[in-house]
Amino acid sequence: MTTHTASAPPGAPADLQAEFDARIAADQRIEPRDWMPEGYRKTLVRQVSQHAHSEIIGMQPEGDWIASAPSLRRKAILLAKVQDEAGHGLYLYAAAETLGVDRADLTRRLIEGRQKYSSIFNYPSLTFADVGVIGWLVDGAAICNQVPLCRSSFGPYARAMVRICKEESFHQRQGYELLMRMMEGTEEQRRMVQDAVDRWWWPSLMMFGPPDAESPNTQQSMAWRIKRDTNDDLRQKFVDMTVPQAERLGVTLPDPELTWNDERGHYDFGEPDWDEFKRVISGSGPKNAERIQRRRAAHEKGEWVREAATAYADKHSARKAAA
Amino acid sequence: MSNDTNGTTSGAARPEWPLYEVFVRGKRGLNHVHVGSLHAADDHMALHNARNLYTRRNEGVSIWVVRAEHIAASSPDEKDPYFAPSGDKVYRHPTFYPIPEDVPHI
Repeated sequence: MTTHTASAPPGAPADLQAEFDARIAADQRIEPRDWMPEGYRKTLVRQVSQHAHSEIIGMQPEGDWIASAPSLRRKAILLAKVQDEAGHGLYLYAAAETLGVDRADLTRRLIEGRQKYSSIFNYPSLTFADVGVIGWLVDGAAICNQVPLCRSSFGPYARAMVRICKEESFHQRQGYELLMRMMEGTEEQRRMVQDAVDRWWWPSLMMFGPPDAESPNTQQSMAWRIKRDTNDDLRQKFVDMTVPQAERLGVTLPDPELTWNDERGHYDFGEPDWDEFKRVISGSGPKNAERIQRRRAAHEKGEWVREAATAYADKHSARKAAA
Repeated sequence: MSNDTNGTTSGAARPEWPLYEVFVRGKRGLNHVHVGSLHAADDHMALHNARNLYTRRNEGVSIWVVRAEHIAASSPDEKDPYFAPSGDKVYRHPTFYPIPEDVPHI
C-alpha cells in the first residue's frame, strides 16, 4: 500500500523508537505507515531508488544488442530480458514511493546526476558474447546481492525483491546457455567469450561495493536489517559459486591469485582495482555520460506522450461527468 | 490517503499521472491480493500497465486497479481501538470450547 509516511507525534518519540527497535529485533517487517527513524527512511530511499535506477540504466548495455541479435530466438529472449529490467525498475520505484518520495522526482534526480546507480552499467558491451557474460556474471552477482534482500526489514522493498529474484534466475540461465552454445562454436567465438569474461570479471566483483572496512553505511544498514550481509561476504559467496561454473564452461577467470583455500573452505582471490571503482562510480567510467544522456533523451522525447495521455484522460473524464 | 512528497524537492509544475494500487487474482478460487502500484493517466491505461508490469509470467487471471487516493485505510495509531477488542473475545475461537476426546467428528 502506498501512503504517506507516519511521523512521530510530539511527546511520544521514545515510545515509537522503542516499538520500532522491538520490531526490528523480532525480525518483523516495517510497513510504510509505521513510524520509522528519519535515518532509516533516508537510507532506504537512497538504497531503493539507486537500485531502481540501476535496473533502468541496466537496460542499455544489452538493449544495444536487440537489433543485432544473431537469431529470432536470441532476439525474443533479449527483448523479454530487457523488458524485465524495466519491470524491476518499476517495482522498485513503487517501493520507494511508499516512503513518501515520488517517481517523477527520482527520475529527475537520476538524469540530473544527483543520484547514483550501479557502476557496472558504465562499461561497454562490445560483442554479442557480452550479452551472455552480463547474464551469467552481472545477473549472477545481482542474485547474490538480492536474495538476502528478500528478508530486508522494510516490507515493500523485501516484496519487490521476491518478485525480482524469481525473474533473475531466467536472466542468469539464458546468459550461461548462450555462452555454452558459443563455446561449442568456432575458435573465434570461444575467443570472444574469453575476452568478454576478461573484461567483465573485475567490474562484477566491484558490484558488491567497497571492502567492508571502507563501507561507511554497512554497519548501520545491517543493524536496521536493511542489508543482511556485508559486501565482502557476498563477494566471497559469488566467487565460490562462479569458479566451478567457469571451469565447466571452459573459460579462465582473469585473476592469477584465484586458488582454492582448503583451510578456509573458500577460494582466495585478488583485490579489485578500487581506484577504478571510485572513478567509475563518480562519473568517469567509459560510458557514464552516454548512459545518462540517453536516459535523459528518452525522458524528454516521451514528454508529449505523457501530456497527450493526460489530455485524453481529462477529456474523457469531463465527458463522463457531463453525461 | 495522500501521496505527499515530504522531504523531496519535487518542483513539478504540471500534475503527474496519478498513482494506482494493483490487486491480482493469482488463479481461480483465490482472492485478489495487493501486488504493488504504478502510475497511469486513467483506469484503462492503469489496467494495461498492470498487465504488462505484474503479470508477464501467468501470475494472474484477473486484475483490479484503484486510484490510491480512493483507498481508505485504518491508521497505525488506531491499532489499539481497532484491533484490541478481538483480543478479549476468545470465545470467538473454536479452541475456547473443551470437548471430550471421545466425541467424534467435532
